[in-house]
Formats: sequence, C-alpha cells, structure tokens
Amino acid sequence: MSKFAENMIRKDAWTGLMMGNHALVRAMLESGVMVVSAYPGSPTPEIAAAIEIIPEEQRPIHFEWATNEKVATETAFGASINGHLSVVFFKSVGLNVALDSAVQLSMLDCTGGMVVVIGDDPGANSSQNEQDNRHAGRMMMMPIFEPGSPSETYTMFMEAAELSKKLKLPVLFRMTTHVCHARELVEFGPIPDFDYDWTPQYHAKGLEYWPITTAVFPLKRKAFAKLAAVEKHALSSPANRVISPNGSEAVNGRRLGVITHSIPAYSVLECLDRSGSPIDVLKLGITFPLNPEQIVDFLNAHDEVFILEELDRILESEIKAIAFDNKVTTKILVRPEVEHLMHEFVPQRVWDLFSGFWPECFEPQPARAEPAEEVSPRLAQMCPGCGHRSAFFAIRELIEEEFPDTITVADIGCHSLGSMKPYEMGTVLLCMGHSNGTAGGLAIGNDKRKVVCFIGDSTFFHAGLPGIINNVLYDRNVTLVVLENYTTAMTGHQPHAASGEIGDKIKIPEVLEALGVKFLRSVDAYMQDKLKDHMRDAMNHEGFGVVIAKHPCMLKFIRDKRKRAAATKNAQSVNR
Amino acid sequence: MKNYNIFICGVGGQGIGLLSEVLIQSCLAAGYAVLGVDTHGLAQRGGIVVSHLRIGTRDKLFTPRITPGEADLIVGLERLEAYRGIVNYMRDGGSCIYYDAEQQPIHVRMGMTDYPAISELEQAVAERHGKLERVFIEDLPDVRMQNTAVLGRIASFELVEGVTGDIIREQLLEISPAGARDANQRVFEQAMAART
Repeated sequence: MSKFAENMIRKDAWTGLMMGNHALVRAMLESGVMVVSAYPGSPTPEIAAAIEIIPEEQRPIHFEWATNEKVATETAFGASINGHLSVVFFKSVGLNVALDSAVQLSMLDCTGGMVVVIGDDPGANSSQNEQDNRHAGRMMMMPIFEPGSPSETYTMFMEAAELSKKLKLPVLFRMTTHVCHARELVEFGPIPDFDYDWTPQYHAKGLEYWPITTAVFPLKRKAFAKLAAVEKHALSSPANRVISPNGSEAVNGRRLGVITHSIPAYSVLECLDRSGSPIDVLKLGITFPLNPEQIVDFLNAHDEVFILEELDRILESEIKAIAFDNKVTTKILVRPEVEHLMHEFVPQRVWDLFSGFWPECFEPQPARAEPAEEVSPRLAQMCPGCGHRSAFFAIRELIEEEFPDTITVADIGCHSLGSMKPYEMGTVLLCMGHSNGTAGGLAIGNDKRKVVCFIGDSTFFHAGLPGIINNVLYDRNVTLVVLENYTTAMTGHQPHAASGEIGDKIKIPEVLEALGVKFLRSVDAYMQDKLKDHMRDAMNHEGFGVVIAKHPCMLKFIRDKRKRAAATKNAQSVNR
Repeated sequence: MKNYNIFICGVGGQGIGLLSEVLIQSCLAAGYAVLGVDTHGLAQRGGIVVSHLRIGTRDKLFTPRITPGEADLIVGLERLEAYRGIVNYMRDGGSCIYYDAEQQPIHVRMGMTDYPAISELEQAVAERHGKLERVFIEDLPDVRMQNTAVLGRIASFELVEGVTGDIIREQLLEISPAGARDANQRVFEQAMAART
C-alpha cells in the first residue's frame, strides 16, 4: 500500500500536506461515509483517485463511477434513504445534468445523510461557463457550505455531513477549482470506530418519498422547516466567523467591514495584511441560508460594509434585502462593474477594487505595465498518436474537397480540441451530449448544407443517447461521427460503459444497431482512406448515418503497456 | 521573513506535480509554512501546467496564488513556458532556473508565432535585473527526468535559507518511485554539479 493510502486510512490523528480534493476524502472517512458516486469532471477527479488508491479490502467506502451526474445523484440518494451516509461529486456543469433529480431531494428524508459535492469553476479554468451554483442550491433548497482552503474543506465537510445526518437533509458542498487544487498542511482527527451497518433501512410509511401534486406541499413545508434549523445552526457555526486581523477601530471616523466567502475571503485577508487597516471581515462558510441576526449584527457594528463575492450578485441581493427589512442604515458597498461579475478574486484584484472605495486603506496602485515581450500562446492540443487527430485530418480533407459549407458540431471531450487550429472541425459547442440534438435542428429545412456532428464514447452514454434516438426517429440528414477511444480521456481515463473495466462492455455498434440506425460503418481512425470513403457514403446517404472512428487513447494505451511491463518484470524477479 | 514565491511552469506530462511536491516537502522539512496551488485545466492535452508555491510563516500566508510580477523564482521545464513565466511573473531582481526542453505549440508549428531563442530569455531576465540558469543534460536517460535535473540545479543554490541541497535530495528520493530512485539520484547529482 502506498504511503498516501496508509495515511488516508490511519485511525489516529495526523497532520499532512494535502490537496483540497484529498482532504475531502479524509473528511469522508472520518465522517463515516459509506457510498460515493460520481461522474468525472475537472476540478474533481482527484477525489476519486484518493478513494481508489486505498486497497478495496481496506476501503469502507463503496465507490463507483456512474453513467452521468444524474445517475450518480440518484445512486447516492438511494444509499442515503437506505440509511447510509453518501456523497455524490461532479463538476460545476454536472449539476445541470443532475438537477432533475436533485431538486426533489430536500423534500425527502435522506435518512443516512447526503452531501452533494460540486467543483464550481470561477475563471472557467476547465469549463464551458462560470455558472454560479449557489443559485441552484437555493432552488434545490439545500444548505450551501463553501470552504476556501484544504483545511476548511476538511472541517466544513465534517460539519456538513453531521448536519445532513441530523436533519436528514442533503447539503450542497461547493468547492471551487482553486480550493480543490490548493495544497497546505491539514490537521486531521482520528477515524472513529464506525460499525458501517449495511442493513437496508428504507422505510416509507406513506407518500413521504412521493412528491406529486398535493403530496408536494407537506414535503415542501418540511424542507422549509429544515432550512430554518440550518439558519439557526449558522449563527453558532464555526464556518461563519468574524476576523479582525488588525483590530477593530474606526478609519477616519468610519467603522469598516467586509462580508465575504470562500477564496475571496483569503484574498481580503492578504490585502488587509498588506494594508494594516483595522477592517473587520465576516467570513461566511454557510452561505445559504443566511442568518439575518448574524448579518444585521455585523452591518450595525459598521458604518460601511463591502460585500465581496465571486461571480453572481447573490450575497449582495440577500444582504441588501435583510438590511432593508431590518431598517439598517449602514452604507452597503458592492462591486460596481459587470467585469467584477466574472473571473476570480485574487488579492491584486481585491486591492484595486477596494482602493476605489477606501483609498485611505488601500492606496491606489498604478496598473502593472503590460510586458513588452510577445509570448506565443500555447493551446491544449491532442496528443501524438491520438486517433481523433487522424479522424479530424481525414474528415476535414474530405469536407474541403467534396462537401464545402458543411456545418460541423462539436461535443465535450478531448475531441473538443478539434475545433481549434489546424483542424477546425466542430464549430458549435454547448455541453455534454448536445451534438446530436443541435445537429438535428441544423438539419431541419436544410437541403443545401451537410451537417456532421461528433461525440466521444463516454459522452455517448452520458447524455448522447437521447439526441441519437431523436435523429434516428426523425431520420435526420445528419452524419454522426463517434470518436471511440475506450476511455473517458479528458478527465484522466476513468472507465465507462464500453471500456470493459466495470462490467461487460456495452458495445456501441450493437447499441446503434438496436436503435435502428440504418447506415452504420466502423473503421480505425488511422485508416484514413477507408474513413473518408465511409464518411462520403454517410454524407451522401439520405437520413441519419453513423461512422465510428475508433482508436485507443494512446496516452492510456502506453501507460497500461508500461504498467504491464513493470508487473511482468516484478513477477519475473519474484520467480527467480 | 518576507514570503518567497516560486512559480513553476511547463507543459502537461512533464512532471510538475512531482517537482512542486518535492519543493513543498523540502520547505516544510526546513520548518517553513507553505501554500501551493496547481492549475491544470487541460493539462494532459499538451496544455500549460502551472504550480504556485508561497513559502513563509503561517501568519503571513493567505492565498496560494502569486501575483504577476512577484515571483522570486521561476522554475521552468520548457523554454517557451519559462519565457512566459519570466515575462508575466518574475519580480525585479528575481531568478529563473529552467530546463531547456523545446515543445513547440501549434501556433509555432503553423508559422503564426515564433519560438523564443535563448537570447530572448536572457534579455527578458536582464531587463528585470534577474538571473537566468539554463539546465540541459545531453545524455539524459529519460525525458521524464527533466524535472529531476531542474531540482538538482535548484538544490545547488540555497535559494531559501535552510532549504539545503541535502533536504531537497532527501525529499526527492522519498517521493521517487522505487524503480526510478537510483537513476533520479544520478541525474540530480549531475545537474547539481553542473551549476554555472
């Protein structure tokens, strides 16, 4: 067992250097989590890596990759109503997929407790948007915990899990990219002796798990009552605290304060360390529901309070409403520009923002001169040997020569990179699995331009199937290219339904045949002439056609080969 | 002490994770507090990988990210990325230690932009009144050891007081996979001795 794994499961307290995602796993072990389900997506896959590194026989957590985020959520829910503390995790946009089920959960007693961990992505470091899932938390009626560091990830997860168990209410645990990937020393506690009781405890007396029409209202009332309990809890929670690093005094006769959350709170503290100004900070770890008493007390203790949040104006709106209802006269300051509703709040940006309001504390600094040197950009690109490269090259050549004006539709995965130079294949992109639906729409009433769309194999199962079925049913004039590489490559080679690592392979050609796809060809992506022939036939075919361009992910293929070679070498040395 | 900021940069697959892990553990072993963060959106696809390390005392460390223009040390594993690191992050009077590997991005391959010459790095560093240390080993046994070579060269300077070459070597050998330990040590010593 690796030293990392040994530390992860050691029973006593210890301190170690830990990434946010890994600190989360230790917190799960100390909280007695029994079931974890997920779909891979940056910035969260390292959570799975830290679970899977623990040898299975010593791992109290049952972990599995689900087909998509919705299934993962339902899996965790099922485990929770059976009495087992569960966790589901995925990236920011994964919550969109999960939402159809996730919106019901707070109305139902999650008896074992359930934590929904999301990796939001302010700055769009690895996502198609910066969506602020604190909105979704409100719609789902789930309390929101927002850690700002690996240490807080650890302590706040323990608190969130405990609260969830106590109230039987799912909790949204909102990490962000640079919380997930930050590293620091974290002080862990011991792992208690849990009995990990797998007895199925699901019990419905009546319609308490059946939220339909009039049955909804008593359940919704219950959810509101639980949120009221969280609101009370927020008042005494260590996650919400006032920090006064330079003491609290008036500045030019005005008492100044900041209300903030997550990483921006640390940016504020860094600025205060540089400035030395006696400004108080209310750092909110539980950002929904807010406790009005806590907010009003802080506002009333100050003449001016700046609300500094990352992304949307959520705390700003709610705090202003609380202030209005409570006749608070404190001047409330907020971010003035649309630009401030985007990107992350690193210290320099906080300083520049504050200096516009409180120049006596944050002396305005000249903007750093743009460096004179021009440095070539470096875009991510497909790996040497990647099958997608070959497929895009051949398909682009065919389209240029024989089908100019073809509209190409991209999807999510490594092959999204085909949209960039030099291939420029797939010029419209929304989200996982959109390509077939969007392509179908582009084909309506269109007898002039061909429509080609792409999808990867993990996405095929994740959210691709409904769009494919639609194209089969309406026999759309669309050519679908399935880029099959036998893994979920972009996020670090997680298994999927057709990779053969979980259960029996669900074979994509067989699925397509069963769905009634009339034109279906399959070819290795490096057999370019044959691929072009198939594509030509598919594009000339009236109606929906599918070409599977297959080639194993070379990165995974080479790594697996190295591992196998090392294993053989080890076995030989043992035999000697 | 004032925080010491190390900005590590390279291309996905070059082993920045291990390099930054060894440096963090070395600083911890020398009694410092450290905050770090990696940014690697699409790292495995030949994208840019960056790791920020901030070293100091716990009460003076808040966020792990380095403000542009405030890195004391740029550690590069590839020439273009080292150049980008110098241009965007090096403070006036800072240093850069980089492995002179060349991985041309698509823009250079397509003739849209130029790949920097060593002289451009020298000039950029000179304009910032800094120091540049190029690492390159002709007969490196495995390209995956470029990170080890850079660590060896870092170890030859005691850039942060108390973070000695011995501490860095010890942490490297602790973290290296058993099969690669001897080879790593040889490359480490070779790079350490070749300091200019």
